[in-house]
Amino acid sequence: MLYAILCYNLEDVIAAWTPAQDAAAMARLEAVELGLALAGRLGPVARLLPTTAAVTLRKGRAEGGEALVIDGPFAQTKEQLLGFYLVDCEGLEAAIGVARDLAVANPDRGAYEIRPVEVYRPGELGTPIQRPALRAEA
Amino acid sequence: MTQIADMDAAWIDAAITSARPQAVAALLRYFRDLDTAQEAFQDACLRALKAWPKNGPPRDPTAWLILVGRNAALDGVRKQSKSVPLPPEDLISDLEDAEAALVDRLDAEHYRDDVLRLLFICCHPDLPATQQVAVALRIVSGLSVKQIARAFLVGESAMEQRITRAKARIGAGDVPFGAPDLEERGRRLNAVAAMVYLIFNEGYSAGGQEAATRGALCDEAIRLARLLLRLFQGEPEVMGLTALLLLQHARAQARFDAQGAVVLLEDQDRSLWNGRMIAEGLALIDKAVRHRRPGPYLVQAAIAAEHARAPRAEDTNWTRIDLLYGDLEQLAPSPVVTLNRAVAVSKVAGPEAALAMIEPLAPKLSGYFYFFGLKGGLLFQLGRQAEARVAFDQAIALANTPAEAAHIRLHLDRMSGEGGGG
Repeated sequence: MLYAILCYNLEDVIAAWTPAQDAAAMARLEAVELGLALAGRLGPVARLLPTTAAVTLRKGRAEGGEALVIDGPFAQTKEQLLGFYLVDCEGLEAAIGVARDLAVANPDRGAYEIRPVEVYRPGELGTPIQRPALRAEA
Repeated sequence: MTQIADMDAAWIDAAITSARPQAVAALLRYFRDLDTAQEAFQDACLRALKAWPKNGPPRDPTAWLILVGRNAALDGVRKQSKSVPLPPEDLISDLEDAEAALVDRLDAEHYRDDVLRLLFICCHPDLPATQQVAVALRIVSGLSVKQIARAFLVGESAMEQRITRAKARIGAGDVPFGAPDLEERGRRLNAVAAMVYLIFNEGYSAGGQEAATRGALCDEAIRLARLLLRLFQGEPEVMGLTALLLLQHARAQARFDAQGAVVLLEDQDRSLWNGRMIAEGLALIDKAVRHRRPGPYLVQAAIAAEHARAPRAEDTNWTRIDLLYGDLEQLAPSPVVTLNRAVAVSKVAGPEAALAMIEPLAPKLSGYFYFFGLKGGLLFQLGRQAEARVAFDQAIALANTPAEAAHIRLHLDRMSGEGGGG
């Protein structure tokens, strides 16, 4: 079974970290990641840009309703996080375009939050790595 | 164990720092008095330092600090009037969901205007710009007087006096507690954005030895800009302002050499630029552009983005930068904008065209360091060495910092080295 582990914290607290604190936290996390990567158990890892960089595509409620792009992250409501995509896009417009296609394929309710990825490490499930992974920044 | 304890202390410190503007702003609305609000927040912080390590951090630190600060201040009032004290904060250290929800409901709709009000009263029109910045750093950001004094390179007691006087000025004025209408909210937002930019510039203009201490002001400005952005999510100019600050601050490590001398954009080691800040800045511009009503901050951010996107100085898209400066001249005309545009024009159309563009600016910019610096540079490129030397000498006379003067002297040295006629 594959498990997604979703990271939650107060982003303004994280943003108040000094670069040294941030680097130290990342180094501690990377040590955990390394153990998983050596065993071939680590898939993609992503660190997202702050929610202030996000927009949200709200699906049209009515039949044939236009999906609406709202500035900001997905606001807490009754919906739950059900899945996610990582898509390589030229820019925000292209990413919104992909979300619109998804909204057409699965209309009615819900929303897609579109958030740029700051750090991305692809990982290799099932392939134990031989040496410490190098940090790749997106 | 110690590591966990250290992390806790760091977490608490960061949580309090980030909660401060919203908490003080909410307490100000409640008590309608700046000193009471600040003392109440201070009190809540002391209690948090005791309660949080023991009981674990609250779900919503900001709500906790507001509630406890409010109770603490009321408690003080009640003690004076020999009334029944409120329950100790231990009992509310982990706010019940219902209670938290109540605080949220009470405050969520007010947060925006609270924080805006707190920042706005620091922009008091009677206060000179540097005092606005000092007061905002003290009240909103919670920097100590000592930190602020260091950032402004003045003594602690002088800064203490300055802040006390400024606060008295603010207190004497009418603090606008009414909920602002749309127009008023926009007016406040403009004033506050300008002040955040001022805070940034106080840090940004510092060079060499000062950069380490004053650079903290840039971080603080970015923190405030992000806060504004979270409160006003759909405002393209707030996106633009935040992007502009991020893109400029991303170059901090490359702007001065080891001796503290200015390193020009084209000579900077771009591998020292902060990729994370650039990514965030570019993402914000992407968002803002969708609104299709560009303002001065957004256009300036777009100009900074053109530099950020160029892997090497020679890859810079100067044609695009020239166009963007053209937009900026329309939106916010000023001789300084035209002067900056001339740099782009010199790259696109050559030094002669740029010189023709800045010559009419002379009467307005006769006291401006950069005007003579650029003029000297353009004349030098055109081989008019004697005139270049005069312009450079004028620039040195007008330099604001030793680093600026040193930079121009370097040009003069280079001219002598190349045997340029004098």
